Amino acid sequence: MSNEDILNPKQMPHEPEKATLEGKNKFLGFWFFLGGETVLFASLFGTYLALNDSTAGGPGTEELFGLELVFVMTMLLLTSSLTSVYAMYHMKNNNFSKMMVWLGVTVALGFTFLGFEIYEFYHYIHEYEFTFRSSALGSAFYTLVGFHGGHVLFGLLWILTLMGRNAKRGLNLYNAPKFYIASLYWHFIDVVWVFIFTVVYLMGKVG
Amino acid sequence: MAKDTNSTHNEFEKAEHKQEMQHQVISFVMMIIFTIAAFALVVSDVSKYFTIPIILLLAVVQVVFQLYYFMHMKNKDHEMPALMIYGGIAVAFMTILTFTTIIWW
Repeated sequence: MSNEDILNPKQMPHEPEKATLEGKNKFLGFWFFLGGETVLFASLFGTYLALNDSTAGGPGTEELFGLELVFVMTMLLLTSSLTSVYAMYHMKNNNFSKMMVWLGVTVALGFTFLGFEIYEFYHYIHEYEFTFRSSALGSAFYTLVGFHGGHVLFGLLWILTLMGRNAKRGLNLYNAPKFYIASLYWHFIDVVWVFIFTVVYLMGKVG
Repeated sequence: MAKDTNSTHNEFEKAEHKQEMQHQVISFVMMIIFTIAAFALVVSDVSKYFTIPIILLLAVVQVVFQLYYFMHMKNKDHEMPALMIYGGIAVAFMTILTFTTIIWW
């Protein structure tokens, strides 16, 4: 049996993402990375919490934030998390085309989210002159939320690259772990957003 | 014969995946409800000493759903992921505690 046959079985094993040693290693390594990401975001959250009253005479959080936009963004990201779950469901059933469709929906929702975020920053800068340099709050806010936005962009490019690279290959035991890991990353982005909308926007609005 | 066992095995797996998917859709609905509850609480102008702990609790519960159902931490062979993520959360908790109290208080 050649290596090619091993990676392209007639029937997918129970958990295709962990069927090979490489897949198992990716799985463990990626969770290790997520543990580190948790600490990275904690340092940004800690900085934001310490500085969220330091407005330097500029607008404060209560004046700036609009909950309607944040609510829409939250729903978009939450839904995109579910669509990537659907993609992994079809991966486990070895249905490549449906997996690609749901990944496509996930990417579309992710880009819509990013568009809203860019509009939000644009709005703060032009309507309130609230920039990265205007106060300690500004620096902490744009660093935290911008870092999350950067993660969203990276995740989108990652999923798109995987989709493009494997479009003609179909699903096999070589790329199944790659799709699985990318979906874990996407869920983690949503986990971070849950704390951003709670700690930054909702708590900022309560005062 | 061998083919037969294979296909029943396949059916079993498909049913299992479907079952898991149902749980994930239920957890998605719960997450939506928690989100709406948190936003509603903030809009309704209740005392902030009530609102803040409740919305933080709602966020934590929602993230538990995300980790255990969407990211499959409830499945077996997830001891190492649990170690990694809880290790990360422990350090994260200390980092936030440090930044908000010990340095700035």
